Amino acid sequence: MLSKRIIPCLDVHAGRVVKGVNFIDIRDAGDPVQMAKAFNEAGADELVFLDITASAHERSIMSDVVAKTAEEVFIPLTVGGGIRTVEDFRNMLKNGADKISVNTAALKNPTLISEAAEKFGSQCVVCAIDAKLRDDKSGWDVYLNGGRVNTGRDLLEWVYEIERLGAGEILLTSMDTDGTKDGYDLPATRAVSDIVNIPVIASGGAGQMSHFKDVLTVGGADAVLVASIFHYGDYTVQDVKDYFIKENIPVRV
Amino acid sequence: MGNLRSVQKAFEFLGFDAHITQNKNELVNASHIILPGVGAFADAAKSLAQSGMQEVMLNEIAKGKPFLGICLGMQLLFDQSFENGEHIGLSLVPGQVTRFDVTGLKVPHMGWNNLIVRDNALFDSEGADKYVYFVHSYHASDIPDEFIIGEADYGYRFTAAVQKDNVFGLQFHPEKSGDVGLSMLKRFGGLK
Repeated sequence: MLSKRIIPCLDVHAGRVVKGVNFIDIRDAGDPVQMAKAFNEAGADELVFLDITASAHERSIMSDVVAKTAEEVFIPLTVGGGIRTVEDFRNMLKNGADKISVNTAALKNPTLISEAAEKFGSQCVVCAIDAKLRDDKSGWDVYLNGGRVNTGRDLLEWVYEIERLGAGEILLTSMDTDGTKDGYDLPATRAVSDIVNIPVIASGGAGQMSHFKDVLTVGGADAVLVASIFHYGDYTVQDVKDYFIKENIPVRV
Repeated sequence: MGNLRSVQKAFEFLGFDAHITQNKNELVNASHIILPGVGAFADAAKSLAQSGMQEVMLNEIAKGKPFLGICLGMQLLFDQSFENGEHIGLSLVPGQVTRFDVTGLKVPHMGWNNLIVRDNALFDSEGADKYVYFVHSYHASDIPDEFIIGEADYGYRFTAAVQKDNVFGLQFHPEKSGDVGLSMLKRFGGLK
C-alpha cells in the first residue's frame, strides 16, 4: 500500500540551515548536508530545501549544497526558492535535485510549468501555493512573494490550471494556519485534493500528532510538510511514524 | 530524460566507477549497463534507436552483460507500450506497458510503496518490508510469471520488477529508495 509521506523542510539561507534541529551526533546543525543526512537516517521520506536567499550570488551556493547532499543522501530531494526559468530547473536537476518547487515564478509565468514538465517530466515539477481564505469566506485567494501580494486568483481555479499545465505535485501552504500550531487547514486541503489527481502535500499548522492524521484523512492529503515541529525538538520523525502505525496510517517503516 | 546524475551518484557512493555516456565503445567496454529514464515512452524509444546506442546495447545484452532498466528504462524492455498510442519496445522481456486503471486513487502512483519480492539476485530476501520509491502512471502487464521478481499493490497488484537472464528491470527508483535501494544497486554492480 502506498505510504503517506513525512517531508521535513529546511530553510536555507546563504548555504546555512535556519532553525536547525539538534540531532545527537550532529556537530553543525547549520550544515544542510549534515542535516539532510540526519533526517535521512531518522526515516524522513523526502526532503525539501527552501532557499530563502535574496541574491543571485548566494543562490549559486545553493547549487553546491544540493550537489553535496545528492552525493550522500538517496531519498527524493526537492529544491525551491528563487527558481525562475527552465535553465534554473536544469541547473538544480543537474546538481542532483529530484524535484523543483516553483511558486511566484509560476504565477507570473504559468508556461514555466508546462515547459519544465515537457523538458524534464511532470514528476519533478512541484507547484507551491500560498493560499488564504477570502474575507467573505467564499473561497481562497492565491498569494505571491511569500504571501505578501494577493494575486486575486482563486485557489481552486489555479490548482486546476497547474495540473492541466503538467505539474506533478502541489505543495499547499495555508496562510491562515501556518505558524499557529493549531492544525493544518483541512477545508482548503480537502478542496484542493478533491479536484486534482496529483499528490497534495499539506503545509502549515502542525502542532501535535493528531494534526497529521486529520490532514491525511479528513484533508485528503498525500504527504505532510513538517518544519517547526521538528526544529523545536517537540517530536522526531520516528515519533510521527510510530503514531502513524498506531493510527493505521500507511507509513514507510 | 531521467535524472542520470542521481543514478551515477548512487553507484559512485557504493564505490563503483559509473559513467554517463553517449559513446558506443564505452558501452562495449563497460562491465554493466544501466538504462535509467523518466519521461515519455515514445520519445525515449525513438532517441535510443536514433542514437545508434540501442544496437550496441542489444549486442552487449546478447553477450550476457548484466543490464538494468530503471523506471521508463524498465518499460522499454517489453514488447509494446500503450502510453499515448501504441509503441514498440525492445522485446527483451515479454509483456506490455499499460496505464494504471484505478478508481479513487491518484495517477501517477507516487511515493513509497512496499515491494513484495521473490527470491532473486538483486534482493536481500531477509525481512518482509521493502519500501521503495515509485513515480509512474504506466506499469508492466501480462508478464509471464517466471520473469516477475517483484510486485506492489496500488489498487491492484502489479509487476514492479522483472528479470530474464541477465536483464533486470525495476519500475521504482532504487537510487532514491534509501538503503533498501542502494543494497539492490550494490548487488547489481556485483553481478558477473
